[in-house]
Amino acid sequence: MSIRHGLLALLERGPMYGYQLRAAFEESVGGTWSLNIGQVYTTLSRLERDEFVLPLPENDGGQRPYEITGTGRAELARWFATPIERTDRPRDELAIKLALAMTTPGVDVAAVVQSQRTAGVRALQEYTRLKTRQDKQAQDDLSWLLVLDAMIFQCEAEIRWLDHCEATILRRTRTARPAEQAQTPEPHPVRKEARR
Amino acid sequence: MTDVLELRDVHRTHGDGANAVQALRGVTLTVRPGELVAIMGPSGSGKSTLLNLAGGLDRPTGGEVLVEGASLGTLSHRRLSAVRRRTIGYVFQDFNLLPSLTAAENVALPLELDGKSIRAARRAALAALTEVDLADLAHRFPDEMSGGQQQRVAIARALVGERRLVLADEPTGALDSQTGEAVLRVLRERVDAGAAGLLVTHEARHAGWADRVIFLRDGVIIDSSGPLGSADDLLERTS
Repeated sequence: MSIRHGLLALLERGPMYGYQLRAAFEESVGGTWSLNIGQVYTTLSRLERDEFVLPLPENDGGQRPYEITGTGRAELARWFATPIERTDRPRDELAIKLALAMTTPGVDVAAVVQSQRTAGVRALQEYTRLKTRQDKQAQDDLSWLLVLDAMIFQCEAEIRWLDHCEATILRRTRTARPAEQAQTPEPHPVRKEARR
Repeated sequence: MTDVLELRDVHRTHGDGANAVQALRGVTLTVRPGELVAIMGPSGSGKSTLLNLAGGLDRPTGGEVLVEGASLGTLSHRRLSAVRRRTIGYVFQDFNLLPSLTAAENVALPLELDGKSIRAARRAALAALTEVDLADLAHRFPDEMSGGQQQRVAIARALVGERRLVLADEPTGALDSQTGEAVLRVLRERVDAGAAGLLVTHEARHAGWADRVIFLRDGVIIDSSGPLGSADDLLERTS
């Protein structure tokens, strides 16, 4: 996700200046993505260059609020209407790591899978703890709860995939063993018959 | 703090000779009051065997199972039954509610079987149903309730009285994610109030409710996961 669209979405609520935007952004994602103020101002100037936002006169405190333009609103609508392409996401390091583990001599693939699974479950424990804590603190902070749920579901998906990898590797290993044994030079009567 | 449940080098072999299957091989595990431990593992890894042994529903072929310091293997049949009725609560995937009894009667049943007066048992049942937020449905029969409500009744039955060890075998199996979460929340609250809990699950998301997650493979504990210590640290690293 680009910060550009995040800021545009926040400005759709009404004009805001940099620090307000940063606070609103972090509040929306429950602190899972912290922005520095420099990123906010750099993004705002690019949005202004592209005519997606318009700077307003400074207020009494010397802060300059920005408002979203019609073009910015159209861009925001386009962003919401367009599904995120899977290719927009960074490469899956875990999948690559496991593929390499499978083909690198001397690597204990089961141990790689298990250490990742333990890390995933540990993260799940923490997210669940945060969720219960959040439930007790503020029932109405729905956006943050949904962000937490997203992290929980992503963790769960990764663990399910690891379970699948483990089961597949095990099944392949088990079916490969009898095949290897069949290659041992035990003379087979049928084969002898066939040779004749 | 005394462990509520302790498994010491527990083995369980089904069958014998060439047909022997080692379901558990040297499992050592403790669960303290206020602690929820989840057991994760694929089918056939020994999860349910472990739970049955912990609940005194099965006997180990080696090692010892202790509940509140008492070795279950040394107890008479009568004492063991009493421990199962009074100290241990069971939650099963398929609820196991008696269809001809109301929610309150289902929950009161273990206490009545234990010799409590009907009035006292019903009072305790109502308190347990209140704990799972179902006091309003106390007089409904199981088939008049949703799956989630039935499972909460089953949890109330597992918690009624002074149960200090709650054993749950895939308690959210047939429930949707929201309802399953509500069931786990109830379990978590009871454990936070001082019970010890052992939860068997193959769903990682459900194991996330536990304080400790134990991974079982082919009857052996291969790893365990405690909390990181600070949820806020995790968020910082995620961001």
